[in-house]
Amino acid sequence: MRTRITMAVAALLLLLAGCSSGGRQHGGPVTLRFQSLAWQQESVAANKELVREWNAAHPDVQVEYVQGDWDSVHDQLLTSFEGGEAPDVIHDASDDLADFAYGGDLADLSGLLPARLKSYIPARSWRATTFGKGVYGVPFLQEPRVLIANSAWLRTAKVRIPTPRHPWSWAEFREITARLSGDGKYGVAWPLKEPVSVTLNLGLSAGGTLFQRGSDGKVSVRFGAGDAVVPRTVRDQIARDRSAPASTLGSGGSDTLPGFFGGRYAMVPLGFSYRQQIEQQAPKGFKWEVLPAPAGADGLTQGVSPQTLSVSQDCPHKKEAAQFIDFLLRPKNMVRLALGDWMLPTGTDALADPALHTADHGWATGTALAAHLRPAPAQSVRGYPEWKDKIATPAFQEYYSGAIGLAALRERLEQDGNLVLARYQR
Amino acid sequence: MRTRPSARAGQYAALLAYLIFLAFPFLWLLSTAFKPPRELGSLHPTWIPRHPTLANFRQAFDEQPLLHAALNSLLAALGAAVIAVLIATPMAYVMARHRTRLARAASGWVVVSQAFPFVLIIIPLFLVLKRLRLIDSLAGLTVVYVVWSLPFALWMLVGYVRAVPVELEEAAAVDGAGRLRTLISVTAPLLAPGIAATALFAFITAWNEFFFALVLLKSPGNQTLPVVLTHFIGAEGVADLGPLAAAAFLATLPSLVVFALLQRRITGGLIAGAVKS
Repeated sequence: MRTRITMAVAALLLLLAGCSSGGRQHGGPVTLRFQSLAWQQESVAANKELVREWNAAHPDVQVEYVQGDWDSVHDQLLTSFEGGEAPDVIHDASDDLADFAYGGDLADLSGLLPARLKSYIPARSWRATTFGKGVYGVPFLQEPRVLIANSAWLRTAKVRIPTPRHPWSWAEFREITARLSGDGKYGVAWPLKEPVSVTLNLGLSAGGTLFQRGSDGKVSVRFGAGDAVVPRTVRDQIARDRSAPASTLGSGGSDTLPGFFGGRYAMVPLGFSYRQQIEQQAPKGFKWEVLPAPAGADGLTQGVSPQTLSVSQDCPHKKEAAQFIDFLLRPKNMVRLALGDWMLPTGTDALADPALHTADHGWATGTALAAHLRPAPAQSVRGYPEWKDKIATPAFQEYYSGAIGLAALRERLEQDGNLVLARYQR
Repeated sequence: MRTRPSARAGQYAALLAYLIFLAFPFLWLLSTAFKPPRELGSLHPTWIPRHPTLANFRQAFDEQPLLHAALNSLLAALGAAVIAVLIATPMAYVMARHRTRLARAASGWVVVSQAFPFVLIIIPLFLVLKRLRLIDSLAGLTVVYVVWSLPFALWMLVGYVRAVPVELEEAAAVDGAGRLRTLISVTAPLLAPGIAATALFAFITAWNEFFFALVLLKSPGNQTLPVVLTHFIGAEGVADLGPLAAAAFLATLPSLVVFALLQRRITGGLIAGAVKS
């Protein structure tokens, strides 16, 4: 018996010894850990291929590809920063950067990036990653919200097909979705599981200016006439016109696709990258197309949170990390990343690439929208996550479901919301 | 007492319905894993894929190091299960047989410790493991899993120890067996179902655990299966559903195998008939 116990303990110790990692090697080439959030097959392949190319050309600066995931990246980075073990090069979205930037976790890249890269990405995109006086990420991919439409249905109904030059107004959109509806079918299905970002980002087209920054730099919420256009249109489509089903209010974008393919909805407002799923899953013979989102007083303007590449403040090789970012975002490489993710590049040279101007899969419509994309309204507002989760999400959900009216929505967003934001700006 | 045939048929029907209810997620996962993308987006999904395909499995294996991740999960989960049982068994014995104030306080603490949320302890834990140079190692993760599962394992085992009649130990002592001999030869075999159940609990807890693995492991080569599964999910919850289902189906298999292996131990009823009253 004693022998058996000794053997079991020995086996256990061996098991644990085998589990231990070797740790970081000292000396030799610099090793950078690049945490990517790419997840689609082509996108992961493009990222890995670019890392391989970099490693082949830079024996002294080797990059290790680490796969992260969108769902938990914030918590994971938060813990890694606290523990001083963050990846060197970090892929994230610009609306996740504010707290890390203000918290001193990310390196200010303004002095590290080459002039070519700075000039090649438009100033409006840089605004999404500029916090205070520093630049804490390089915005490189973005996606507008578009209308994915059932082509046959729209043509049979003989509605005017909108283009980026002649988009639908919000009023026209409402009128058309009402015309397309009836007999258990709907002109549009709004997947509003995350109602705040959709409403705010599309609201910019109607001149929405929900977050007002005062002369003292403090931000407050003021729900003006422009901010009401999008929520009122959606609410009217659901409650009055019956041109949008209430059942999709709690759904994510993917959840609406079976109904879209099954001919239940004529259109679904989705992020531009959803085209990949639609291309994969649409039944044979199903014809779909990409239409611009409706335009308001400010045209096709809408808010986006670009994907970004940042460098950890603790990274001992910031210069090399910035060089790697510069390599990843060279125009041709940015196009490869954009095609892999079915998204739009931010770089002007990359946007001009012919591969992104084909009519196939609505690429041309998307690229035509690129000039109208602005940083999402909440981009640099400290306390936005709490405002969104505790105040805005339930308020919009109640408004869209018909539980409260516009006056109550305004009151909740402004009064309750400003109390939350004030705590972050003392 | 004999049960009427009609009542027995009703019992079987209810049992079958319950089994189907329990098996539904697994069967749906299985069905999804074999569906081509166009069937995944259908408004009228079917149980049996119309055009079954292995493409999802191929894609899942091509895109992610599933086997390696499964091996990592297996090492961490087995390690956690074995160590948790080795530590918890003697502790449970002491707590069950010696009902002192300290033992009662320890029982209370075990219950309270279950209430701590992950997010509360993750940063201190991260810093402690970093100091011990156990970040990014499966050994560190295994230690965390042991610590995490230990209170509940202890709680479970205390109940099992109390179920072992103390008269058996007294009888062994009368027959001349020493304390250690009694524990090893008499008590431990009777505790086998409890130990198996506890090990299974610790294994499944560790096998399914996601958050600690996500935060504590950084190198791609160390990532466990639940972490790798999330790589099929994109922003705003969009998922590559086919490969995700295929990988998730494979991820459920080891739990089922371990359960099947230990199931007889758990339900064997080794104590039955040990004492004649």
